[in-house]
Amino acid sequence: MSALLRPAGGPHRSLVRRWSLLVAVLILSVMASYVSASVVRTGQGNGTTTRTDSKTNGTSHHTKKAFPVLSINYDYVRMPFEISLWILLASLMKLGFHLVPRLSGVVPESCLLIVVGLLVGGLIKLMGENPPVLDSKLFFLCLLPPIILDAGYFLPIRPFTENTGTILMFAVVGTLWNAFFVGLILYGVCQATGGELREVGLLACLIFGSIVSAVDPVAVLAVFEDIQINELLHIIVFGESLLNDAVTVVLYHLFEEFANAGTVTLVDACLGVACFLVVSLGGILVGAIYGVLGAFTSRFTSHTRVIEPLFVFLYSYMAYLSAEVFHLSGIMSLISCGVVMRPYVEANVSHKSYTTIKYFLKMWSSVSETLIFIFLGVSTVAGPHSWNWTFIIVTIFLCLLSRVLGVVGLTLVINRFRIVKLTGKDQFIVAYGGLRGAIAFSLVFLLPEDHFPMKNMFLTAIITVVFFTVFVQGMTIRPLVELLAVKRKKDTKSSINEEIHIQFLDHLLTGIEDVCGHYGHHHWKDKLSRFNKSYVKRWLIAGERSMEPQLISFYHKLELRQALTLLEGGGAAVNVSMQNIQPRRPSPERLIPHMPKGREEEIRKILRTNLQNTRQRLRSYSRHTLFEDPLEEEEEDYSEVQMRKKRVEMHRRMSHYLTVPAKPQTPPARRVRFESDNQVFGSTPTSTPSSRFQVSLVPSIQVSRAPIARMEQMSQESVSLVDESSQQQDSEGKGASGSDGSLGAELSVIRGEMDNLRLPRCFSDPGPNKIEEEDEDEEEHFMS
Amino acid sequence: MGGFHSVPQDHRYRDFADKTGFSLEQIGNLHNRFKQLSHNEDTLRKDDLNKIPDLACNPIRAQIIEAFFDKRNFQSHGGGTVEEIGFEEFLTVMSYFRPPSLNMTEEQREELRRVKLRFLFNMHDTDNDGTITLEEYRHVVEELLSRSGALCRETAKGIADAAMLEVASISMGHMEPDEFYEGITFEHFLTILKGIEIESRMHIRFLNVDTTVLCK
Repeated sequence: MSALLRPAGGPHRSLVRRWSLLVAVLILSVMASYVSASVVRTGQGNGTTTRTDSKTNGTSHHTKKAFPVLSINYDYVRMPFEISLWILLASLMKLGFHLVPRLSGVVPESCLLIVVGLLVGGLIKLMGENPPVLDSKLFFLCLLPPIILDAGYFLPIRPFTENTGTILMFAVVGTLWNAFFVGLILYGVCQATGGELREVGLLACLIFGSIVSAVDPVAVLAVFEDIQINELLHIIVFGESLLNDAVTVVLYHLFEEFANAGTVTLVDACLGVACFLVVSLGGILVGAIYGVLGAFTSRFTSHTRVIEPLFVFLYSYMAYLSAEVFHLSGIMSLISCGVVMRPYVEANVSHKSYTTIKYFLKMWSSVSETLIFIFLGVSTVAGPHSWNWTFIIVTIFLCLLSRVLGVVGLTLVINRFRIVKLTGKDQFIVAYGGLRGAIAFSLVFLLPEDHFPMKNMFLTAIITVVFFTVFVQGMTIRPLVELLAVKRKKDTKSSINEEIHIQFLDHLLTGIEDVCGHYGHHHWKDKLSRFNKSYVKRWLIAGERSMEPQLISFYHKLELRQALTLLEGGGAAVNVSMQNIQPRRPSPERLIPHMPKGREEEIRKILRTNLQNTRQRLRSYSRHTLFEDPLEEEEEDYSEVQMRKKRVEMHRRMSHYLTVPAKPQTPPARRVRFESDNQVFGSTPTSTPSSRFQVSLVPSIQVSRAPIARMEQMSQESVSLVDESSQQQDSEGKGASGSDGSLGAELSVIRGEMDNLRLPRCFSDPGPNKIEEEDEDEEEHFMS
Repeated sequence: MGGFHSVPQDHRYRDFADKTGFSLEQIGNLHNRFKQLSHNEDTLRKDDLNKIPDLACNPIRAQIIEAFFDKRNFQSHGGGTVEEIGFEEFLTVMSYFRPPSLNMTEEQREELRRVKLRFLFNMHDTDNDGTITLEEYRHVVEELLSRSGALCRETAKGIADAAMLEVASISMGHMEPDEFYEGITFEHFLTILKGIEIESRMHIRFLNVDTTVLCK
């Protein structure tokens, strides 16, 4: 953020001036639109009446109006125009904040956006118009789902499942405790102080308590994204904010019903508990069903790659809406849909679609979030307020108190079951990070006026609480985190060693649990993953990719990343290469099978023809795809041109080696090369496609491994190594086979390309820049 | 349950508790499990562990069983493998999987991490020469992927090679083309696995309740 800024004061100041000018212009245009709307509306009305008048009198009057060369018809575009203007304003604000250096470091974005909303609302009010209020329907149906879907789709599964118990305790028990504590004590206070507060009934207080006690995912995301605390705390607070939606929904509807009915019985309370189970589990079930449907659909989209992202979005949105129809928890349904869909969809869709899904989700959620905060500011100015000092101060105080008590109390219970205990620092962050936000505001807005005469007071109170948490807690949490030296997010990229060992550990722990004799956490996880592999994946993932274990896909991604960075960097200094780790001493069991001469000729001919074909094909389309997507553009990227050129060069060089006639001095060399080729042909055409896929895949990975920029060097090395091996008595060194293997790999690449029907989807990649960005995004995807 | 231990056994249990850090109930449960696995004999053999049905679908079953019979894990000085183990050795190996206690100082955590990583290292370093060579690492990856369907050794080789390269780059920095990286030493192993907090990950829950009745 601040890296973008120029250090010089002069141009910087002019930039800020420019931005403030632009902002002012925009705000004025917003005002102008409102004013002009009313003017034009009346003007248009007049226009039409005169026209109808003239029509009736037309025959007699013939008042000829001049042909309008330029006319204004604002009403036609009014609605979309205003919406676009608001979104544009929101996005420009976001841009503007990051240009001002110190501000974005100190104040979280959400605060700034609320302030902007306040300003805009104030300006609109000054103009005499009524500023728009955050419409609850708009909020729940349009603004909230993208944020939740983004959160759910990129939810880090491993920490979430490891801490599910903790999260559920905080979400369910914590929210219940908060709701009842705040509600009951508030009622007591209201009754005690008297005056107009005495009108507030018990149920009204309880419903207010349940609304105000729910931690808000939007606010939590907005604030926690900046401070980058460690994964455990983030997932606990964030998971709690997501899962407490079920509790909030149930309590809200429960108390609303009771407000209608008037009395509460024990049966009603039991029904409430049953309702909670139905709401939460039903929501999850609905989401899971849509998730499976989405995954299944993505299996067949190989011919229409362009609309793949659309399926993801549509199915998820339908899950949300379907859950809302039955008053189930829409948020939980959306989360479960994203979680269920993701692994299968990611295996099925093309790389570009994956990028599209990711960036669209981020874009929508970002816009939604900005709009929500701005509207929160505007609604503050707009909404009818009734300020009551006692009520509001007591509410804020009670919220804080109940949060702290709840967290501390629950942690005492939870720590007895956790192995990695929550320390005092952790508890403080969890308690302090319980921010309230726009969901609470919208819920209060939805309260019916007749049952809740003090609705305005509630509204004012909730706005104050939201402001307090977002401003005070949001701004101070960062210095507090630094002061308390809370563990921050690790920013090391995952390495293949770590991946290998994490998987190894999983199996090891499962095995030890089996030896120990009790079915624990690891055992069930292992069972679930085995079930997933044998049944579910077969149904939901297209083709052979269903067989690909996680380690391999991880490895492919890593390889691609490295190859592309190498290409971009033009062959950066590789400190350690394959030669350094290949043992020089040959392993004695390596016998080279003797190949009949005729076969050699045949092989060479086949390879040569393949090479020529591939070279032709390479010139037309460099990405290794057989599905020529007609809508994909041929992006002649610089790096792609380079890649193509180098590959063509490599093939040319290899064909030279092949066509060199066999000299008697170099039989071992030739035999070496063909030995590795033999492996390719060992898998005859009748073998299963998967094995052929695997065989050709790995050597092709080795190709990208060898620095392509250093290719000349490499071929020199291979030549020298070939000579070496002919001098050595033993048939071949592993060292020789190492680089020869890569040469042989080249050949098998070509062969593999011809036969390969399934492609590594990582190769249909748009470009290195996006990969690098994606790199960082991969790391922080759980934050956003 | 657990009331009829004879006095000398109690005494032994307390010794074990001091040595390994388990609680008395946990030791009792593990002893019951030991007796169940060894069919009430005093020693456990590899075959007995092989017969556990749940272990059958574990890809690294052989290594896990080997680890129980590896003398390096018995916290005594010596290498090689034994054919059968007693309860004390069983308990010692199990103690590697105890979770860290709540108030541990930084040094204690570091020590625990070393101990656990040493166990993992021993599992990989089968010939006990102090380094994990490329062959051994390839073997590890092959075993890990062995259950994943139609897989070639080539893929495993590729992955192991890449991993080895990574270790070499991290530990050795720059190497001349004729230098040879012998293998992963224990120090290098510690360095590359510093990121995953092994002391919080490598543990299982040892219950105080007897569950041998429920499981095979």
